[in-house]
Amino acid sequence: MELLGYLNYAVYMAIFIGIYAILALALNIQWGFTGLFNAGVAGFFAVGAYTSAILTSAAAEGRLGGYELPVIVGWLASMLAAGAIAWPIGKICLRFRSDYLAIATIGIAEIIRLVIKSEGWLTGGARGISKIPRPFSDFEYLYTQLSYLALVMIALFLVYYMIERQLKAPWGRMMRAIRDNEAAANAMGKNIEARRLQAFVFGSAIMGLGGAMLAHYYRSITPEAIDPMIATFLVWIMLILGGSGNNKGAILGVVVVWIIWSMSEFVTDSLPAEYAIKAKYLRIFIIGLLLQLVLRFRPEGILPETAKSSTSTSDQQTSNNNKGEAEPSPAQSA
Amino acid sequence: MGIYELINFYVIPGLVLGSIYALGAVGITLVFGILRFAHLAHGDLATFGAFTALAVVATTGVNPWIALPVAMVICAALAVGIDKVFYDYLSERPKIITVMASLGIALMLRSLIQVIWGVDTETYTRGIVRPDNYWGFRIRDRELYTLLAMFAITGALWLFLQKTKWGKAMRAMSDNPDLALLSGVDNRLTTMLTWAIVGALCAASGFFLGLNTELKSMMGWTMLLPMFAAAILGGVGRVEGAVLGGLVVGVAEELSVLVLPSEYKAAMAFAILIVILLVRPTGLLKGKLL
Repeated sequence: MELLGYLNYAVYMAIFIGIYAILALALNIQWGFTGLFNAGVAGFFAVGAYTSAILTSAAAEGRLGGYELPVIVGWLASMLAAGAIAWPIGKICLRFRSDYLAIATIGIAEIIRLVIKSEGWLTGGARGISKIPRPFSDFEYLYTQLSYLALVMIALFLVYYMIERQLKAPWGRMMRAIRDNEAAANAMGKNIEARRLQAFVFGSAIMGLGGAMLAHYYRSITPEAIDPMIATFLVWIMLILGGSGNNKGAILGVVVVWIIWSMSEFVTDSLPAEYAIKAKYLRIFIIGLLLQLVLRFRPEGILPETAKSSTSTSDQQTSNNNKGEAEPSPAQSA
Repeated sequence: MGIYELINFYVIPGLVLGSIYALGAVGITLVFGILRFAHLAHGDLATFGAFTALAVVATTGVNPWIALPVAMVICAALAVGIDKVFYDYLSERPKIITVMASLGIALMLRSLIQVIWGVDTETYTRGIVRPDNYWGFRIRDRELYTLLAMFAITGALWLFLQKTKWGKAMRAMSDNPDLALLSGVDNRLTTMLTWAIVGALCAASGFFLGLNTELKSMMGWTMLLPMFAAAILGGVGRVEGAVLGGLVVGVAEELSVLVLPSEYKAAMAFAILIVILLVRPTGLLKGKLL
């Protein structure tokens, strides 16, 4: 029984790590490879969660729903919806320095939170959406969990594989070139705004997918389920600590931060009630401090971005699409 | 709806809210213009200032107006300290890294506030204040003082920037830091001075928000978007622009209730931000575009 309990907990942790890894990879597309500061990760995440929940759940009194579409349709729609919200924001803000994008994404996340809270006909308001179907839920508890874990891992692998493939393609070199030396890439005739928009929309769509996967795992979603600021910030610290610009590093960062985060929850939960609440906030303080320490002492993260120059010599003769290749530089130079 | 009603219920509260935004937006515009990055911890620094004033009132029992300058000094020191410990060593790196660090500082400040003062709402003074009637216009004392104090503080800052040696150094650094350095401006001292001014302005902004509404640990974060909208609307780097932008955003937020459900008041600032970025990204009074 004890063993089964541990196993259940391990699977539960693994599912969360898988979902956060998808989010971290999505942020890596935006920040690690393109240098875009998205401070509204939780907003795109929430759009994905609610889109999929509305499309796949059974009808409920007082809100839109009852389509009962297959889960996979919900997940694809969640990506579309998150991407569709990202597009106009990117279109307007990517002409300017990334500071403006940071402010606008904070704003859009706030608006999304307001809409979710106040448009009860769409999102169920404060009660949220419950009875979201979860694939394989007919099995025994552990097997349900394990099969969902498998699903998360498949999605994670697909996202990882897609991004890695794109990065090795001329597109990836062009993105790094734009990030590292905008003027040079521009002089080479690269359409910087359009490329950035691509990366921003693509990354946001994957954040939507991450949200949908969490909603189906919880089986319900409410406005209070996730603190937007903390969720966004956790994904950021995972990416920075692990190594932005490196997909393996991003996943490693998720594992490390998630373990620290859940272990510290054990500690704070075991404290007497009067300290427990304060300790909860202290945990957030420590995560903030961790970011400052990483930025100061190891800005490239645990696994730095690997230099890709050795592979490019032969490519340069065969492909004429990689003129934007810039000198490789350490991560964080965005 | 009569003109008196419009002014009493929408324009006056809008101007008061706008003054609070203006004080914050001036700080944002200084950091954006001189140090060249978006300071995302600005709202939470304002919350910290407001709660510092509360602590002074609670421990010594003085009038909140005496607590204001104390909070401004403490917050100025805190801002200089944060720069020294966390932002300064990032100055050689791309500015966006400092933006990220400031997001972390925002989170750290807020959790610190929640640890020290808890998450309950607080007020400086108890009891309901009835507005006085001035020829049909209903204004509370504290609303009048908020407006006057905002104009006094920003006016003094404007004079300081125009007339004094240090003010000129700050403006020179805003125009061209390298050239300023060559002309003998001490960039390090000027940066410190900027942070001290920004911290004091933050405390004032948070104090007046707390005085006119309540003190909450999240109040500064929700103010961040309108303050940025105000700074960009007015033109980045322009003090008088930030004041104008703050007042416009404040009044627009209050007036939005006439056409939008009141839950979406906060969306007004975002709408203004997006429109100004689309139409005139340099702002109303031609500021910088980073």
